[in-house]
Amino acid sequence: MSQIVIDGVSWALLIAGSILVLVGALGLMRMPDFYTRMHAAGITDTLGADLILLGLMVQAGFTLVTVKLLLIGAFLFFTSPTSTHAIANAAYTAGLRPSISEWDTDEPPEGPERDHGEEDPRP
Amino acid sequence: MTIANFIDMAFLVFLGITAFAILKLRALFAVVMLSSVFSLVSAGLLVHLDAVDVAFTEAAVGAGISTVLMLATLALTARREKAPTRTHAVPLIVVFLTGLALVYGTLDMPRFGDPQAPVHTHVAPKYINDTEKEIGMPNIVTAVLASYRGFDTLGEVTVIFTAGIGVLLLLAASIREPDGLRIQTMDHHLVLRVVTKVLIGPILLFALYVQFHGDYGPGGGFQAGVIFAAAFIIYALVFGLENARAAVPGQAVRVLVACGVLLYGGVGVVSFLFGENYLNYSVLGSTQVSGQHLGIILVEFGVGLTVAAVMVSTFYAFAGQNPPIGDEDW
Amino acid sequence: MFSATTAALIIAMVLALGRLYMGPTLYDRVLAANAFGTKTVLMIGVMGFLTGRPDFLDISLLYALINFIATIAVLKFFRYRTLGDRVDPDGGKR
Repeated sequence: MSQIVIDGVSWALLIAGSILVLVGALGLMRMPDFYTRMHAAGITDTLGADLILLGLMVQAGFTLVTVKLLLIGAFLFFTSPTSTHAIANAAYTAGLRPSISEWDTDEPPEGPERDHGEEDPRP
Repeated sequence: MTIANFIDMAFLVFLGITAFAILKLRALFAVVMLSSVFSLVSAGLLVHLDAVDVAFTEAAVGAGISTVLMLATLALTARREKAPTRTHAVPLIVVFLTGLALVYGTLDMPRFGDPQAPVHTHVAPKYINDTEKEIGMPNIVTAVLASYRGFDTLGEVTVIFTAGIGVLLLLAASIREPDGLRIQTMDHHLVLRVVTKVLIGPILLFALYVQFHGDYGPGGGFQAGVIFAAAFIIYALVFGLENARAAVPGQAVRVLVACGVLLYGGVGVVSFLFGENYLNYSVLGSTQVSGQHLGIILVEFGVGLTVAAVMVSTFYAFAGQNPPIGDEDW
Repeated sequence: MFSATTAALIIAMVLALGRLYMGPTLYDRVLAANAFGTKTVLMIGVMGFLTGRPDFLDISLLYALINFIATIAVLKFFRYRTLGDRVDPDGGKR
């Protein structure tokens, strides 16, 4: 009975962690700009990795393996966000800026329900 | 073809592609990153071949320290490799013929993994059967490395020592001694400084763990020395080379390089004094097994000391040089 | 369950390699390399459980450390062009 509980909990944690890792990698490929990519990769990598490691810990029980997994998790918890921060800092001080969209007025974008009247449409 | 063979071939093909890319690329930074990838894939291949201790060392040295040292060197040379000015047809032919001769030589060897090969019928069973009663150590690799083949490991430590001395001799003229005029480079990176400060202690503890756990699991002197050096290198990277030199002076590190080899050789001499052969650890304790344990611990510690000191002093030498090319021309 | 995690990690590693190859700027490549390293650490841990040999966890802890050091070294190299100290142009001690 408790083996089923352990297996179920570690299944859930491993699947959740894998989904986060996959989403993060997908974001790394698909996002349009460096800073958005970094957001995707940095955040999901940390939490996804920790969830996967938690799932493995539940599977291992109270042994030395769990202590080692805990150490790896703590290490990744500290260094993964730090590396992301260092990369962002380096990119920013090197002059790379996030790309902001071009229109910054308060008018809503061109939509089908808007009545042009005699105005020329926007180029 | 089984899945294991497929994984082996995939690893080897990837190694070949990476090596070819290293040869053809001119941008030196990409070459340095690719060599780090090469070492990582080699470590993966070694893990798949069940050689965990070697994979450990390969990952630590190849993917870690080697990349850092090559980056330190890249700052001193140009960014792109110059194109070759003449063709190298004759050396290519010579190398190709030598390679063919070597391949022809391997045709006489037994097939990879053949259970009837002499190494599997004589050598391996002897070590596997005898280690438990003669040395009493679960990790047979460390037992073979430090006790059965102790002379080879003494030679390896001496090679590391000689290589370290050679590098220091070659670079001695261009090392700047600390003179208080340098600024710290990462003053405003608060997050990095705090996190590094928190992590250096656990890294050093991990190095000690790997050093002394080598008797029971993957580990040993070589890997532990590299991890020790990695802690000091990351301190030097984040807090400045001058602060690192104030904490661990270059002179002290150079003395430690010699102390490791001295410890290893000294254990052998102590065996002499007890009337046995050189590096026969059995006489160091009251029983054979305890003597072997003590001998292996001391010897591995000597190895770790030399490796750590050589890595740290080599990093000091590489990172402390004046770049001969100005910033504009780089 | 370990096979599903392994498959997800392999797909993620291939995607990170794609970004490493494609990334228009250098910092994309450094980010992709760091992500690849983190997934390698996880992969070694999961593979250790798959094959029933948890000794591999030492290697994965080591590689997490090496990944961190290599990222910091590369960033310092590109920001300051040296892994040592920079000469103060005023000649004074800071």
